[in-house]
Amino acid sequence: MTDKFPEQIAIEKKLPHAVYDWHAQHGDRTLIIDGTHLLSIATLLKEQLGYNFLVDLTAVDYLPRKPRFEVVYHFMNLETKARLRLKIQSDEQVPTVPSLTSLWPIANWYERECWDLFGVKFEGHPNLKRIMLYEEFKGHPLRKDYPKTKRQPLIGPEN
Amino acid sequence: MSQTETELDYDPAIPEEEPEYQQQEMLLNVGPSHPAMHGIIRIVTKLSGELVIDSDIEIGYLHRAMEKSCEDATWNQALIYTDRLNYVSTCINNVGYCMAVEKLLNVEVPARGQYIRTLLCEISRIADHLTCVGASAMELGGFTVFLYMIKGREYMYELIEDYCGGRVTTASTRVGGMPHDLREGWLDKVLWAVKEVRTILKECDILLTYNRIFVERMQGIGKLSTERAIGYGFTGPLLRATGIGYDIRKDYPYLVYDKLDWNVPVGHNGDNLDRYLVRMEEMEQSCRILEQCVASIPGGPVSSPDKRITLPSKKDTYGNIEGLMNHFKLIMSGHGIRVPMGEVYQAVEGGNGELGFYVVSYPEEHVTDGCNDKPWRVRCRPPCFSYVAAMPEMINNSLVADIVPTFGSINMIGGELDR
Repeated sequence: MTDKFPEQIAIEKKLPHAVYDWHAQHGDRTLIIDGTHLLSIATLLKEQLGYNFLVDLTAVDYLPRKPRFEVVYHFMNLETKARLRLKIQSDEQVPTVPSLTSLWPIANWYERECWDLFGVKFEGHPNLKRIMLYEEFKGHPLRKDYPKTKRQPLIGPEN
Repeated sequence: MSQTETELDYDPAIPEEEPEYQQQEMLLNVGPSHPAMHGIIRIVTKLSGELVIDSDIEIGYLHRAMEKSCEDATWNQALIYTDRLNYVSTCINNVGYCMAVEKLLNVEVPARGQYIRTLLCEISRIADHLTCVGASAMELGGFTVFLYMIKGREYMYELIEDYCGGRVTTASTRVGGMPHDLREGWLDKVLWAVKEVRTILKECDILLTYNRIFVERMQGIGKLSTERAIGYGFTGPLLRATGIGYDIRKDYPYLVYDKLDWNVPVGHNGDNLDRYLVRMEEMEQSCRILEQCVASIPGGPVSSPDKRITLPSKKDTYGNIEGLMNHFKLIMSGHGIRVPMGEVYQAVEGGNGELGFYVVSYPEEHVTDGCNDKPWRVRCRPPCFSYVAAMPEMINNSLVADIVPTFGSINMIGGELDR
Protein backbone atom coordinates (compact mmCIF):
# COMPACT_ATOMS: atom_id res chain seq x y z
CA MET A 1 0.00 0.00 0.00
CA THR A 2 1.37 3.34 -1.00
CA ASP A 3 1.22 6.55 1.00
CA LYS A 4 -1.79 8.76 0.63
CA PHE A 5 -1.78 11.09 -2.36
CA PRO A 6 -1.91 14.84 -1.75
CA GLU A 7 -5.23 14.99 -3.62
CA GLN A 8 -6.61 12.35 -1.31
CA ILE A 9 -5.56 14.28 1.79
CA ALA A 10 -7.26 17.37 0.37
CA ILE A 11 -10.43 15.41 -0.31
CA GLU A 12 -10.42 13.80 3.11
CA LYS A 13 -10.02 17.14 4.79
CA LYS A 14 -13.33 18.17 3.33
CA LEU A 15 -15.16 14.82 3.17
CA PRO A 16 -13.61 12.52 5.78
CA HIS A 17 -15.14 9.22 4.68
CA ALA A 18 -15.48 9.73 0.94
CA VAL A 19 -12.37 7.79 -0.10
CA TYR A 20 -12.69 4.05 0.47
CA ASP A 21 -9.40 2.85 -0.96
CA TRP A 22 -6.44 3.91 -3.06
CA HIS A 23 -3.57 2.36 -4.98
CA ALA A 24 -0.96 3.26 -7.56
CA GLN A 25 -0.72 0.29 -9.89
CA HIS A 26 1.69 0.70 -12.84
CA GLY A 27 2.03 4.37 -11.93
CA ASP A 28 -1.69 5.09 -12.36
CA ARG A 29 -2.93 6.67 -9.17
CA THR A 30 -6.42 5.50 -8.33
CA LEU A 31 -8.93 6.50 -5.69
CA ILE A 32 -12.00 4.42 -5.00
CA ILE A 33 -14.62 6.82 -3.74
CA ASP A 34 -18.16 7.00 -2.46
CA GLY A 35 -20.42 7.69 -5.45
CA THR A 36 -22.71 10.04 -3.59
CA HIS A 37 -19.83 12.48 -3.05
CA LEU A 38 -18.63 12.44 -6.67
CA LEU A 39 -19.89 15.89 -7.55
CA SER A 40 -18.24 17.62 -4.60
CA ILE A 41 -14.99 15.68 -5.10
CA ALA A 42 -14.92 16.55 -8.81
CA THR A 43 -15.63 20.20 -8.01
CA LEU A 44 -12.79 20.18 -5.51
CA LEU A 45 -10.46 18.54 -8.03
CA LYS A 46 -11.37 20.99 -10.75
CA GLU A 47 -11.47 24.23 -8.83
CA GLN A 48 -8.80 23.82 -6.19
CA LEU A 49 -6.41 21.10 -7.31
CA GLY A 50 -6.25 22.07 -10.97
CA TYR A 51 -7.61 18.85 -12.48
CA ASN A 52 -9.34 20.77 -15.23
CA PHE A 53 -9.38 18.07 -17.88
CA LEU A 54 -11.80 15.14 -17.95
CA VAL A 55 -9.88 12.69 -20.09
CA ASP A 56 -12.16 9.71 -20.06
CA LEU A 57 -15.25 8.27 -18.49
CA THR A 58 -16.18 4.64 -18.75
CA ALA A 59 -17.41 1.66 -16.80
CA VAL A 60 -16.31 -1.93 -16.25
CA ASP A 61 -18.58 -4.88 -15.50
CA TYR A 62 -16.92 -7.40 -13.17
CA LEU A 63 -19.69 -10.03 -13.15
CA PRO A 64 -19.85 -12.21 -11.01
CA ARG A 65 -17.70 -10.27 -8.57
CA LYS A 66 -19.34 -8.12 -5.95
CA PRO A 67 -19.48 -5.15 -6.24
CA ARG A 68 -20.23 -5.70 -9.88
CA PHE A 69 -19.88 -2.34 -11.61
CA GLU A 70 -17.14 0.21 -11.58
CA VAL A 71 -17.57 3.65 -13.11
CA VAL A 72 -14.11 4.94 -13.98
CA TYR A 73 -13.10 8.60 -14.41
CA HIS A 74 -9.74 9.78 -15.66
CA PHE A 75 -8.72 13.32 -14.77
CA MET A 76 -5.71 15.30 -15.79
CA ASN A 77 -4.12 18.51 -14.59
CA LEU A 78 -3.04 20.43 -17.68
CA GLU A 79 -0.52 22.52 -15.72
CA THR A 80 1.40 19.80 -13.92
CA LYS A 81 0.34 16.94 -16.23
CA ALA A 82 -0.61 14.87 -13.20
CA ARG A 83 -3.26 12.25 -13.72
CA LEU A 84 -5.77 10.79 -11.31
CA ARG A 85 -8.29 8.02 -11.70
CA LEU A 86 -11.50 7.91 -9.68
CA LYS A 87 -13.55 4.77 -9.38
CA ILE A 88 -17.03 4.28 -8.03
CA GLN A 89 -18.11 0.76 -7.21
CA SER A 90 -21.72 -0.25 -7.31
CA ASP A 91 -23.67 -3.45 -7.01
CA GLU A 92 -27.07 -2.21 -8.06
CA GLN A 93 -28.87 -3.55 -11.10
CA VAL A 94 -28.87 -0.04 -12.53
CA PRO A 95 -25.94 1.79 -10.92
CA THR A 96 -26.64 5.45 -10.33
CA VAL A 97 -24.00 8.15 -10.06
CA PRO A 98 -24.23 11.92 -10.24
CA SER A 99 -23.64 13.57 -13.59
CA LEU A 100 -20.64 15.80 -14.23
CA THR A 101 -22.21 17.72 -17.11
CA SER A 102 -22.33 20.90 -15.04
CA LEU A 103 -18.54 20.84 -14.70
CA TRP A 104 -17.37 19.49 -18.07
CA PRO A 105 -19.49 19.73 -21.21
CA ILE A 106 -17.87 16.60 -22.65
CA ALA A 107 -19.28 14.56 -19.76
CA ASN A 108 -22.61 14.86 -21.55
CA TRP A 109 -21.57 12.54 -24.36
CA TYR A 110 -19.41 10.22 -22.28
CA GLU A 111 -22.28 9.68 -19.89
CA ARG A 112 -24.70 9.02 -22.70
CA GLU A 113 -22.28 6.43 -24.06
CA CYS A 114 -21.86 4.84 -20.65
CA TRP A 115 -25.64 4.65 -20.22
CA ASP A 116 -26.04 3.19 -23.67
CA LEU A 117 -23.45 0.45 -23.38
CA PHE A 118 -23.45 -0.31 -19.63
CA GLY A 119 -26.76 0.95 -18.28
CA VAL A 120 -25.20 3.27 -15.74
CA LYS A 121 -27.65 5.98 -14.82
CA PHE A 122 -26.35 9.52 -14.41
CA GLU A 123 -28.50 11.66 -12.17
CA GLY A 124 -28.84 15.23 -13.32
CA HIS A 125 -27.94 14.54 -16.95
CA PRO A 126 -29.97 16.81 -19.22
CA ASN A 127 -30.68 14.28 -21.95
CA LEU A 128 -29.74 10.73 -21.03
CA LYS A 129 -30.51 8.81 -24.21
CA ARG A 130 -28.64 6.26 -26.27
CA ILE A 131 -25.84 7.50 -28.46
CA MET A 132 -24.31 4.50 -30.27
CA LEU A 133 -27.40 2.34 -30.55
CA TYR A 134 -30.97 3.14 -31.51
CA GLU A 135 -33.62 4.02 -28.97
CA GLU A 136 -35.55 0.78 -29.40
CA PHE A 137 -32.53 -1.39 -28.58
CA LYS A 138 -33.08 -3.60 -25.52
CA GLY A 139 -30.34 -4.16 -22.97
CA HIS A 140 -26.85 -2.79 -22.59
CA PRO A 141 -24.41 -4.68 -24.80
CA LEU A 142 -21.12 -4.20 -22.93
CA ARG A 143 -22.46 -5.89 -19.82
CA LYS A 144 -20.96 -9.32 -19.33
CA ASP A 145 -24.38 -11.00 -19.22
CA TYR A 146 -25.29 -9.67 -22.66
CA PRO A 147 -24.43 -12.50 -25.09
CA LYS A 148 -22.00 -11.42 -27.75
CA THR A 149 -23.82 -13.31 -30.50
CA LYS A 150 -27.25 -11.91 -29.70
CA ARG A 151 -28.99 -10.21 -32.57
CA GLN A 152 -31.77 -7.67 -32.34
CA PRO A 153 -34.04 -6.54 -35.14
CA LEU A 154 -33.55 -2.98 -36.23
CA ILE A 155 -36.83 -1.35 -35.28
CA GLY A 156 -37.33 2.15 -36.50
CA PRO A 157 -39.40 4.80 -34.82
CA GLU A 158 -43.20 4.52 -35.08
CA ASN A 159 -43.66 6.87 -38.03
CA MET B 1 -32.15 28.43 -49.97
CA SER B 2 -33.66 31.75 -48.99
CA GLN B 3 -31.60 34.82 -48.48
CA THR B 4 -31.12 36.30 -45.06
CA GLU B 5 -32.91 39.38 -43.91
CA THR B 6 -29.76 41.44 -43.55
CA GLU B 7 -28.68 40.82 -47.09
CA LEU B 8 -32.05 41.96 -48.39
CA ASP B 9 -31.73 45.27 -46.57
CA TYR B 10 -28.87 46.25 -48.78
CA ASP B 11 -30.65 45.57 -52.01
CA PRO B 12 -32.83 48.51 -53.10
CA ALA B 13 -34.42 46.48 -55.88
CA ILE B 14 -36.31 44.31 -53.45
CA PRO B 15 -39.30 45.82 -51.65
CA GLU B 16 -39.10 46.26 -47.91
CA GLU B 17 -42.00 43.98 -47.14
CA GLU B 18 -40.87 40.44 -47.55
CA PRO B 19 -43.06 37.50 -48.39
CA GLU B 20 -44.01 35.30 -45.43
CA TYR B 21 -42.17 32.15 -46.51
CA GLN B 22 -38.75 33.72 -46.24
CA GLN B 23 -39.14 34.22 -42.52
CA GLN B 24 -39.61 30.56 -41.65
CA GLU B 25 -37.02 28.45 -39.97
CA MET B 26 -35.99 25.38 -41.83
CA LEU B 27 -34.68 21.99 -40.73
CA LEU B 28 -31.87 20.63 -42.85
CA ASN B 29 -30.34 17.21 -42.49
CA VAL B 30 -26.66 17.09 -43.37
CA GLY B 31 -25.85 13.44 -43.69
CA PRO B 32 -25.89 10.59 -42.53
CA SER B 33 -23.94 10.04 -45.71
CA HIS B 34 -22.86 13.20 -47.43
CA PRO B 35 -20.08 13.87 -49.95
CA ALA B 36 -18.47 16.40 -47.63
CA MET B 37 -18.53 14.09 -44.62
CA HIS B 38 -15.54 11.97 -43.73
CA GLY B 39 -17.72 9.27 -42.28
CA ILE B 40 -21.32 8.58 -41.58
CA ILE B 41 -22.77 11.09 -39.19
CA ARG B 42 -25.98 13.06 -39.17
CA ILE B 43 -26.10 16.76 -38.42
CA VAL B 44 -29.60 18.11 -37.98
CA THR B 45 -29.44 21.85 -38.43
CA LYS B 46 -32.07 24.47 -37.84
CA LEU B 47 -31.64 27.27 -40.32
CA SER B 48 -32.78 30.81 -40.52
CA GLY B 49 -31.92 31.72 -44.05
CA GLU B 50 -28.36 30.53 -44.43
CA LEU B 51 -27.57 30.92 -40.76
CA VAL B 52 -27.34 27.84 -38.58
CA ILE B 53 -29.19 28.73 -35.40
CA ASP B 54 -29.23 25.32 -33.78
CA SER B 55 -27.79 21.92 -34.51
CA ASP B 56 -27.85 18.41 -33.19
CA ILE B 57 -25.36 15.65 -33.94
CA GLU B 58 -26.26 12.01 -34.20
CA ILE B 59 -23.54 9.37 -34.24
CA GLY B 60 -23.40 5.61 -33.94
CA TYR B 61 -23.98 4.60 -37.54
CA LEU B 62 -20.69 2.72 -37.59
CA HIS B 63 -20.87 1.11 -34.16
CA ARG B 64 -19.26 -2.31 -34.52
CA ALA B 65 -18.94 -3.24 -30.84
CA MET B 66 -15.16 -3.30 -31.07
CA GLU B 67 -14.81 -3.22 -27.30
CA LYS B 68 -17.09 -6.23 -26.92
CA SER B 69 -15.21 -8.12 -29.62
CA CYS B 70 -11.90 -7.52 -27.84
CA GLU B 71 -13.26 -9.30 -24.77
CA ASP B 72 -13.62 -12.48 -26.78
CA ALA B 73 -10.14 -12.42 -28.33
CA THR B 74 -6.74 -13.18 -26.86
CA TRP B 75 -4.37 -10.32 -26.14
CA ASN B 76 -2.70 -10.53 -29.51
CA GLN B 77 -5.92 -11.17 -31.43
CA ALA B 78 -7.52 -8.05 -29.98
CA LEU B 79 -4.83 -6.11 -31.77
CA ILE B 80 -6.52 -6.46 -35.13
CA TYR B 81 -9.64 -4.74 -33.82
CA THR B 82 -7.55 -1.69 -32.99
CA ASP B 83 -6.46 -1.49 -36.64
CA ARG B 84 -9.92 -0.48 -37.70
CA LEU B 85 -10.22 2.37 -35.25
CA ASN B 86 -8.48 4.85 -37.48
CA TYR B 87 -7.78 3.57 -40.94
CA VAL B 88 -5.31 6.29 -41.86
CA SER B 89 -3.04 6.09 -38.83
CA THR B 90 -3.37 2.41 -38.02
CA CYS B 91 0.10 1.90 -36.60
CA ILE B 92 -0.48 4.43 -33.83
CA ASN B 93 -3.54 2.49 -32.69
CA ASN B 94 -1.54 -0.74 -32.66
CA VAL B 95 1.28 0.83 -30.70
CA GLY B 96 -1.08 2.37 -28.15
CA TYR B 97 -2.84 -0.89 -27.43
CA CYS B 98 0.38 -2.91 -27.27
CA MET B 99 2.00 -0.40 -24.94
CA ALA B 100 -0.96 -0.65 -22.58
CA VAL B 101 -0.69 -4.44 -22.45
CA GLU B 102 3.08 -4.27 -22.07
CA LYS B 103 2.66 -1.92 -19.15
CA LEU B 104 0.38 -4.48 -17.51
CA LEU B 105 2.94 -7.21 -18.16
CA ASN B 106 5.94 -5.06 -17.15
CA VAL B 107 7.70 -5.88 -20.40
CA GLU B 108 10.35 -3.74 -21.96
CA VAL B 109 10.63 -3.60 -25.74
CA PRO B 110 14.25 -3.51 -27.01
CA ALA B 111 15.57 -0.25 -28.41
CA ARG B 112 15.39 -1.28 -32.06
CA GLY B 113 11.74 -2.29 -31.66
CA GLN B 114 11.00 1.09 -30.12
CA TYR B 115 12.68 2.90 -32.99
CA ILE B 116 10.70 0.92 -35.54
CA ARG B 117 7.51 1.77 -33.69
CA THR B 118 8.42 5.44 -33.66
CA LEU B 119 9.13 5.34 -37.39
CA LEU B 120 5.80 3.66 -38.12
CA CYS B 121 3.92 6.08 -35.84
CA GLU B 122 5.34 9.14 -37.54
CA ILE B 123 4.75 7.71 -41.01
CA SER B 124 1.14 7.15 -39.98
CA ARG B 125 0.86 10.64 -38.56
CA ILE B 126 2.03 12.17 -41.83
CA ALA B 127 -0.45 10.01 -43.74
CA ASP B 128 -3.22 11.07 -41.35
CA HIS B 129 -2.52 14.78 -41.64
CA LEU B 130 -2.07 14.61 -45.41
CA THR B 131 -5.47 12.97 -45.74
CA CYS B 132 -7.13 15.45 -43.40
CA VAL B 133 -5.65 18.59 -44.93
CA GLY B 134 -6.01 17.31 -48.48
CA ALA B 135 -9.65 16.32 -48.02
CA SER B 136 -10.63 19.56 -46.35
CA ALA B 137 -8.87 21.53 -49.09
CA MET B 138 -10.75 19.53 -51.69
CA GLU B 139 -14.06 20.32 -50.04
CA LEU B 140 -13.25 24.00 -50.46
CA GLY B 141 -12.43 23.51 -54.12
CA GLY B 142 -8.70 22.82 -53.95
CA PHE B 143 -8.67 19.56 -55.84
CA THR B 144 -5.05 19.91 -56.89
CA VAL B 145 -3.95 19.95 -53.27
CA PHE B 146 -5.95 16.81 -52.63
CA LEU B 147 -4.24 14.98 -55.48
CA TYR B 148 -0.78 16.14 -54.41
CA MET B 149 -1.38 15.13 -50.82
CA ILE B 150 -2.85 11.76 -51.72
CA LYS B 151 0.30 11.19 -53.74
CA GLY B 152 2.30 11.91 -50.58
CA ARG B 153 0.07 9.62 -48.57
CA GLU B 154 0.69 6.92 -51.13
CA TYR B 155 4.44 7.11 -50.40
CA MET B 156 3.65 6.67 -46.71
CA TYR B 157 1.34 3.74 -47.40
CA GLU B 158 4.02 2.12 -49.53
CA LEU B 159 6.44 2.27 -46.62
CA ILE B 160 3.86 0.73 -44.31
CA GLU B 161 3.02 -1.91 -46.90
CA ASP B 162 6.67 -2.72 -47.26
CA TYR B 163 6.98 -3.40 -43.56
CA CYS B 164 3.60 -4.91 -42.63
CA GLY B 165 2.21 -6.28 -45.86
CA GLY B 166 -1.01 -4.35 -45.41
CA ARG B 167 -1.78 -0.76 -46.19
CA VAL B 168 -4.67 0.15 -43.93
CA THR B 169 -5.14 -2.98 -41.84
CA THR B 170 -1.60 -3.38 -40.71
CA ALA B 171 -1.50 -5.23 -37.36
CA SER B 172 2.02 -3.89 -37.32
CA THR B 173 2.99 -4.62 -33.72
CA ARG B 174 2.81 -7.53 -31.33
CA VAL B 175 2.57 -7.53 -27.57
CA GLY B 176 6.22 -7.46 -26.52
CA GLY B 177 7.71 -6.05 -29.69
CA MET B 178 7.49 -6.20 -33.44
CA PRO B 179 6.70 -9.21 -35.62
CA HIS B 180 9.91 -9.00 -37.65
CA ASP B 181 12.90 -6.84 -38.42
CA LEU B 182 13.09 -4.21 -41.12
CA ARG B 183 13.59 -5.19 -44.72
CA GLU B 184 16.85 -4.25 -46.35
CA GLY B 185 16.76 -0.78 -47.86
CA TRP B 186 13.61 0.24 -46.01
CA LEU B 187 15.34 3.04 -44.15
CA ASP B 188 16.63 4.51 -47.41
CA LYS B 189 13.09 4.49 -48.74
CA VAL B 190 12.00 6.41 -45.66
CA LEU B 191 14.55 9.12 -46.38
CA TRP B 192 13.46 9.27 -50.00
CA ALA B 193 9.78 9.51 -49.01
CA VAL B 194 10.53 12.26 -46.49
CA LYS B 195 12.18 14.25 -49.27
CA GLU B 196 9.17 13.79 -51.52
CA VAL B 197 6.73 14.75 -48.75
CA ARG B 198 8.69 17.90 -48.04
CA THR B 199 8.35 18.91 -51.69
CA ILE B 200 4.61 18.26 -51.58
CA LEU B 201 4.24 20.25 -48.38
CA LYS B 202 6.03 23.18 -49.93
CA GLU B 203 3.83 23.07 -53.03
CA CYS B 204 0.63 22.78 -51.05
CA ASP B 205 1.70 25.49 -48.66
CA ILE B 206 2.01 27.90 -51.58
CA LEU B 207 -1.31 26.73 -53.00
CA LEU B 208 -3.25 27.08 -49.75
CA THR B 209 -1.65 29.45 -47.25
CA TYR B 210 -1.40 32.24 -49.81
CA ASN B 211 -4.79 31.51 -51.31
CA ARG B 212 -7.28 34.18 -50.42
CA ILE B 213 -10.35 32.00 -50.92
CA PHE B 214 -9.00 29.25 -48.72
CA VAL B 215 -7.79 31.57 -45.97
CA GLU B 216 -10.98 33.60 -45.85
CA ARG B 217 -13.10 30.51 -45.60
CA MET B 218 -10.97 29.13 -42.77
CA GLN B 219 -10.06 32.20 -40.73
CA GLY B 220 -12.30 32.82 -37.76
CA ILE B 221 -14.57 29.90 -38.67
CA GLY B 222 -15.30 27.08 -36.25
CA LYS B 223 -13.69 28.99 -33.44
CA LEU B 224 -13.66 27.67 -29.90
CA SER B 225 -12.05 29.37 -26.92
CA THR B 226 -9.28 27.69 -24.93
CA GLU B 227 -11.50 27.30 -21.92
CA ARG B 228 -14.31 25.61 -23.85
CA ALA B 229 -11.79 23.44 -25.67
CA ILE B 230 -10.49 22.16 -22.34
CA GLY B 231 -14.02 21.64 -21.10
CA TYR B 232 -14.74 19.55 -24.16
CA GLY B 233 -11.61 17.48 -23.66
CA PHE B 234 -9.86 18.61 -26.84
CA THR B 235 -6.41 17.18 -27.46
CA GLY B 236 -3.98 17.05 -30.33
CA PRO B 237 -3.93 19.64 -33.13
CA LEU B 238 -7.27 21.10 -32.10
CA LEU B 239 -6.13 21.91 -28.57
CA ARG B 240 -2.76 23.14 -29.80
CA ALA B 241 -4.55 25.48 -32.20
CA THR B 242 -6.09 27.22 -29.20
CA GLY B 243 -2.66 27.91 -27.73
CA ILE B 244 -1.93 25.04 -25.37
CA GLY B 245 1.16 23.07 -26.27
CA TYR B 246 -0.06 19.77 -24.86
CA ASP B 247 1.49 16.86 -26.69
CA ILE B 248 1.74 13.42 -25.13
CA ARG B 249 5.00 12.79 -26.96
CA LYS B 250 6.53 15.65 -24.96
CA ASP B 251 4.56 15.53 -21.72
CA TYR B 252 4.49 11.78 -21.13
CA PRO B 253 7.41 10.64 -23.28
CA TYR B 254 7.04 7.15 -24.68
CA LEU B 255 9.00 5.14 -27.26
CA VAL B 256 12.06 7.25 -28.16
CA TYR B 257 10.51 10.70 -28.51
CA ASP B 258 12.48 12.15 -25.60
CA LYS B 259 15.76 11.27 -27.35
CA LEU B 260 14.92 13.28 -30.45
CA ASP B 261 14.94 16.97 -31.21
CA TRP B 262 11.63 18.39 -32.41
CA ASN B 263 9.09 21.05 -31.51
CA VAL B 264 5.40 21.26 -30.74
CA PRO B 265 3.68 23.79 -33.02
CA VAL B 266 1.07 25.96 -31.31
CA GLY B 267 -1.62 28.23 -32.73
CA HIS B 268 -3.42 31.16 -31.12
CA ASN B 269 -6.95 31.59 -32.39
CA GLY B 270 -8.40 28.09 -32.23
CA ASP B 271 -10.07 28.48 -35.62
CA ASN B 272 -9.93 26.31 -38.70
CA LEU B 273 -6.97 28.13 -40.18
CA ASP B 274 -4.87 27.56 -37.08
CA ARG B 275 -5.74 23.89 -37.10
CA TYR B 276 -4.62 23.68 -40.69
CA LEU B 277 -1.37 25.53 -39.92
CA VAL B 278 -0.66 23.37 -36.87
CA ARG B 279 -1.16 20.22 -38.94
CA MET B 280 1.12 21.48 -41.71
CA GLU B 281 3.87 22.27 -39.23
CA GLU B 282 3.41 18.96 -37.45
CA MET B 283 4.09 17.11 -40.68
CA GLU B 284 7.37 18.97 -41.00
CA GLN B 285 8.23 18.00 -37.41
CA SER B 286 7.35 14.38 -38.15
CA CYS B 287 9.73 14.51 -41.10
CA ARG B 288 12.45 15.68 -38.74
CA ILE B 289 11.68 12.84 -36.33
CA LEU B 290 11.85 10.32 -39.17
CA GLU B 291 15.23 11.57 -40.33
CA GLN B 292 16.67 11.46 -36.81
CA CYS B 293 15.28 7.96 -36.23
CA VAL B 294 16.85 6.70 -39.45
CA ALA B 295 20.17 8.26 -38.47
CA SER B 296 20.25 6.81 -34.96
CA ILE B 297 18.44 3.45 -35.16
CA PRO B 298 20.44 0.84 -33.24
CA GLY B 299 20.86 -2.83 -34.06
CA GLY B 300 19.74 -5.78 -31.99
CA PRO B 301 16.48 -7.66 -31.42
CA VAL B 302 13.11 -6.07 -32.12
CA SER B 303 11.11 -8.05 -29.57
CA SER B 304 11.33 -8.90 -25.92
CA PRO B 305 13.30 -12.14 -25.37
CA ASP B 306 10.61 -13.43 -22.97
CA LYS B 307 9.31 -16.61 -24.59
CA ARG B 308 6.06 -16.48 -22.61
CA ILE B 309 5.10 -13.30 -24.44
CA THR B 310 6.84 -13.07 -27.80
CA LEU B 311 5.91 -15.39 -30.62
CA PRO B 312 8.93 -17.25 -32.07
CA SER B 313 10.09 -16.34 -35.55
CA LYS B 314 8.54 -18.30 -38.41
CA LYS B 315 11.92 -19.92 -39.04
CA ASP B 316 11.84 -21.43 -35.55
CA THR B 317 8.15 -22.31 -35.66
CA TYR B 318 8.55 -24.39 -38.79
CA GLY B 319 12.16 -25.40 -38.21
CA ASN B 320 12.49 -26.94 -34.74
CA ILE B 321 10.34 -28.55 -32.09
CA GLU B 322 11.05 -25.95 -29.40
CA GLY B 323 9.88 -23.15 -31.66
CA LEU B 324 6.79 -25.15 -32.62
CA MET B 325 5.90 -25.81 -28.98
CA ASN B 326 6.51 -22.22 -28.07
CA HIS B 327 4.22 -21.13 -30.88
CA PHE B 328 1.51 -23.58 -29.81
CA LYS B 329 1.67 -22.55 -26.17
CA LEU B 330 1.14 -18.94 -27.13
CA ILE B 331 -1.66 -19.62 -29.61
CA MET B 332 -3.71 -22.26 -27.77
CA SER B 333 -6.86 -21.11 -26.07
CA GLY B 334 -6.47 -20.93 -22.30
CA HIS B 335 -2.68 -20.62 -22.55
CA GLY B 336 -1.33 -17.70 -24.55
CA ILE B 337 0.01 -14.58 -22.94
CA ARG B 338 -1.01 -14.65 -19.30
CA VAL B 339 -1.57 -11.12 -18.15
CA PRO B 340 -1.76 -10.62 -14.38
CA MET B 341 -4.77 -8.94 -12.84
CA GLY B 342 -4.67 -5.19 -13.09
CA GLU B 343 -5.75 -2.13 -14.98
CA VAL B 344 -3.82 0.47 -16.87
CA TYR B 345 -4.47 3.61 -18.89
CA GLN B 346 -1.98 4.27 -21.64
CA ALA B 347 -2.24 7.29 -23.88
CA VAL B 348 -0.39 7.91 -27.12
CA GLU B 349 -0.45 10.89 -29.41
CA GLY B 350 -2.62 9.77 -32.28
CA GLY B 351 -2.78 11.69 -35.52
CA ASN B 352 -5.80 13.42 -34.13
CA GLY B 353 -5.02 13.76 -30.44
CA GLU B 354 -4.87 11.71 -27.31
CA LEU B 355 -5.65 8.11 -28.10
CA GLY B 356 -5.99 6.32 -24.79
CA PHE B 357 -6.41 2.66 -24.00
CA TYR B 358 -7.85 1.67 -20.65
CA VAL B 359 -7.11 -2.04 -20.45
CA VAL B 360 -8.32 -4.28 -17.64
CA SER B 361 -7.12 -7.80 -16.96
CA TYR B 362 -9.27 -9.70 -14.52
CA PRO B 363 -9.11 -13.48 -13.98
CA GLU B 364 -12.08 -15.62 -14.81
CA GLU B 365 -13.69 -17.65 -12.01
CA HIS B 366 -12.03 -21.02 -12.60
CA VAL B 367 -8.52 -19.61 -13.03
CA THR B 368 -6.03 -20.23 -10.23
CA ASP B 369 -2.96 -18.21 -11.24
CA GLY B 370 -4.75 -14.85 -11.18
CA CYS B 371 -4.06 -14.19 -14.86
CA ASN B 372 -6.23 -14.01 -17.93
CA ASP B 373 -5.37 -14.81 -21.52
CA LYS B 374 -8.08 -12.45 -22.76
CA PRO B 375 -8.67 -8.80 -22.04
CA TRP B 376 -11.50 -8.33 -19.55
CA ARG B 377 -12.17 -4.90 -20.91
CA VAL B 378 -10.52 -2.76 -23.57
CA ARG B 379 -11.71 0.79 -23.56
CA CYS B 380 -10.53 3.13 -26.27
CA ARG B 381 -10.62 6.84 -25.62
CA PRO B 382 -11.04 8.19 -29.14
CA PRO B 383 -9.70 11.69 -29.77
CA CYS B 384 -12.41 12.82 -32.17
CA PHE B 385 -15.27 11.95 -29.82
CA SER B 386 -14.85 15.23 -28.00
CA TYR B 387 -14.47 17.20 -31.22
CA VAL B 388 -17.73 15.90 -32.60
CA ALA B 389 -19.43 16.57 -29.26
CA ALA B 390 -18.32 20.20 -29.57
CA MET B 391 -19.47 20.53 -33.19
CA PRO B 392 -22.80 22.24 -32.36
CA GLU B 393 -20.91 24.94 -30.51
CA MET B 394 -18.53 25.42 -33.42
CA ILE B 395 -21.12 25.63 -36.20
CA ASN B 396 -23.99 27.44 -34.47
CA ASN B 397 -24.34 31.05 -35.55
CA SER B 398 -22.32 30.50 -38.69
CA LEU B 399 -23.36 29.87 -42.27
CA VAL B 400 -24.35 26.50 -43.68
CA ALA B 401 -21.34 26.59 -45.96
CA ASP B 402 -19.08 26.84 -42.90
CA ILE B 403 -20.12 23.39 -41.71
CA VAL B 404 -17.92 21.83 -44.39
CA PRO B 405 -14.54 23.43 -43.48
CA THR B 406 -15.23 23.03 -39.76
CA PHE B 407 -16.12 19.40 -40.17
CA GLY B 408 -13.06 18.86 -42.31
CA SER B 409 -10.78 20.48 -39.76
CA ILE B 410 -11.91 18.29 -36.84
CA ASN B 411 -10.93 15.21 -38.86
CA MET B 412 -13.69 12.96 -37.63
CA ILE B 413 -12.98 9.27 -38.12
CA GLY B 414 -16.05 7.07 -37.98
CA GLY B 415 -14.13 3.99 -36.89
CA GLU B 416 -12.84 5.43 -33.66
CA LEU B 417 -15.82 7.66 -33.00
CA ASP B 418 -18.33 4.82 -32.96
CA ARG B 419 -15.96 1.93 -32.32
